[in-house]
Amino acid sequence: MAKKIRVLLAKPGLDGHDRGIKVVAAAFRDAGMEVIYTGLRQTPPMIVEAAIQEDVDAIGISILSGAHMTLFPAILEEMKKRGAGDILLFGGGIIPEDDKIALEKMGVARIFTPGAPTEEAIDFLQKAVARKSSDEKIM
Amino acid sequence: MFEKSFLEKLRNKLSEWNKAAEQFRSQKSLPRFFTISGEEIDELYTPDKVKDADREEYYWDHIGLPGEYPYTRGVHHTMYRTRLWTMRQFAGMGTPRQTNERFKYIIKEGGTGLSTAFDLPTLMGYDSDHPRSLGEVGKCGVAVDTLADMEIIFDGIDLAKVSTSMTINSPASVLMAMYLGVAEKQGVPFDKLRGTLQNDILKEYIAQKEFIYPPRPSVRLITDMMAYCTKHVPQWNTISISGYHIREAGATAVQELAFTLADGFEYIEAAIAGGQDVDEFAPRLSFFFNAHSDFFEEIAKYRAARRIYAKRMKNKYKAKDPRSWMLRFHTQTAGCSLTAQQPENNIVRVTSQALAAVLGGTQSLHTNSMDETLALPSEKAVRIALRTQQIIAYETGVANTVDPLAGSYFIEAMTDKMEVEAEKYFTEIERRGGVINCIEEGFFQRELAKSAYRFQQEIEKEERVIVGVNKYVMEDEKLEIPVLKIDQRVEKEQYAFVKKIRQERDNKAVHENLEKLRAVARSKENTFEVILDCVRVYATLGEICDVLREEWGEHVESASAMQVS
Repeated sequence: MAKKIRVLLAKPGLDGHDRGIKVVAAAFRDAGMEVIYTGLRQTPPMIVEAAIQEDVDAIGISILSGAHMTLFPAILEEMKKRGAGDILLFGGGIIPEDDKIALEKMGVARIFTPGAPTEEAIDFLQKAVARKSSDEKIM
Repeated sequence: MFEKSFLEKLRNKLSEWNKAAEQFRSQKSLPRFFTISGEEIDELYTPDKVKDADREEYYWDHIGLPGEYPYTRGVHHTMYRTRLWTMRQFAGMGTPRQTNERFKYIIKEGGTGLSTAFDLPTLMGYDSDHPRSLGEVGKCGVAVDTLADMEIIFDGIDLAKVSTSMTINSPASVLMAMYLGVAEKQGVPFDKLRGTLQNDILKEYIAQKEFIYPPRPSVRLITDMMAYCTKHVPQWNTISISGYHIREAGATAVQELAFTLADGFEYIEAAIAGGQDVDEFAPRLSFFFNAHSDFFEEIAKYRAARRIYAKRMKNKYKAKDPRSWMLRFHTQTAGCSLTAQQPENNIVRVTSQALAAVLGGTQSLHTNSMDETLALPSEKAVRIALRTQQIIAYETGVANTVDPLAGSYFIEAMTDKMEVEAEKYFTEIERRGGVINCIEEGFFQRELAKSAYRFQQEIEKEERVIVGVNKYVMEDEKLEIPVLKIDQRVEKEQYAFVKKIRQERDNKAVHENLEKLRAVARSKENTFEVILDCVRVYATLGEICDVLREEWGEHVESASAMQVS
């Protein structure tokens, strides 16, 4: 049997809207993943530290406050600094299309916007993690 | 109201009717129908579906007349025939100057009340230049650091003439003090000020999660302000007990109703315990509900809310002034019901939600803009949202008579059911040791997470249709409406401004007043007056909140509150 996917979910910044991330956490759990939800107001260093400690495959971030163009780059930067660049970073929230494109160019694996079914996120994560581990095997 | 013999005849007739109806029902299995909250709805409602409808007392206890106990039909005798609801559009973004311009635009377009949205650093009691504010300044509301910012927001707007609502909770005392500071500068006496402060911290722990201090000192801040305003700002609604956010966080209609009223009763009990007279403060309490998409369920919710509240205020809290029995409320259409797909469809959703609020007897209303799942609303989207209310008010005729839906078997049965279900939750909350205990052990939070997950699963299994999302989807949809963006320069401007104020003010006076606040925080004295003194000398929001953080600590969610369902 394949190893269970481990995913860390967190809300950075000051935004307290946690309905979405809790729904995603429940859906990932029901899809057989191991979910670590670290809660609200996590700073980029806290998130990356927890991801390394928990040895996760992916970090999922939810931002509904409009601060995404500051917070995603800060998390990417922190991941680079801590040598955690192999962890997948993805996220969701109220994120306009051109910001989504810019973030995905910067290295965020995928941005989900309102209305995206949780199944799409599950499918994305399963494929992306499988791809990552097969790449690692080749290396 | 109905003779027993009539009800018997009706039941006989119904069984015949049922046989006739059989041929129109689908062949194999009977489909079942549920509200958006999962309440099962019967095929047909008749007088016998309204429990106790055969008793005359039923009419007086459950329905009655508008403007009279138990207020099921509305808090005013003549409702919208005398005065329409206040069309109050929530606004605020970027710098204080930009918000001032948006306010003046809303007044020019016929808006009759102002409603201020603050940015996240303000909601969390941080100054714009605090490291935690990075990226958030001016994003989902206006940035306020000192009295100087409030002076700009209301520049050229006569505070004696507008009614202003402020959506602020944990640092509500500070923002209220700043508003009073602006009134002093304009020379407007406090007793002329009209407006509402959200100031409802309990629902923050339950739903929106913009909290600073632990629940108990937070509730003290609120009752302190209530005591001050009852005396000095008598026309001000000191708290708007909010179900809106509870619903947005995933609650069903019944959960919204029950948890909001439970919060309200908690504040009332705290104020009474603090020595205040219920009839002194209760007339200034107001509520804030969501208008979601299930039309009749929402109307029943508002009617049940008024009735439950009136009964409790009269019977349990022994209020004698009828104004203490009346549940007055603001409504906002459901942001969480809007879709990013085919956003123009949201105009239709908002229209039907707004209509439910009006038929439910709301005192004021905010209609959401179609583009709010994408960003802050553009000016055009805001105008359409306001026009929606104006069309309902002036063209549809629904405001011509008071509570036109009363006596509908369905509406009354549903209103009764809402009340029964809410009472079940009150019993459960009491069994668990009251509202604050329920917050601390995560009861509300888990209930909401469960409901939210169930709703999402229904959509994904296509048991529930959301037009444009899981049915009638447009392939390769291109966004055809403009999206507002907040300039990154807002942050820099706001940094520079707060720094300038800190240099120019009397720093000795600031320090002295902050230390006075610290002493009061440790005592049992009223905190509000000293916060007002701090604000007058331009202490920043962050400085004031830091003193209270140091004295009272910060609230952190328990693991059981973070549980996902």
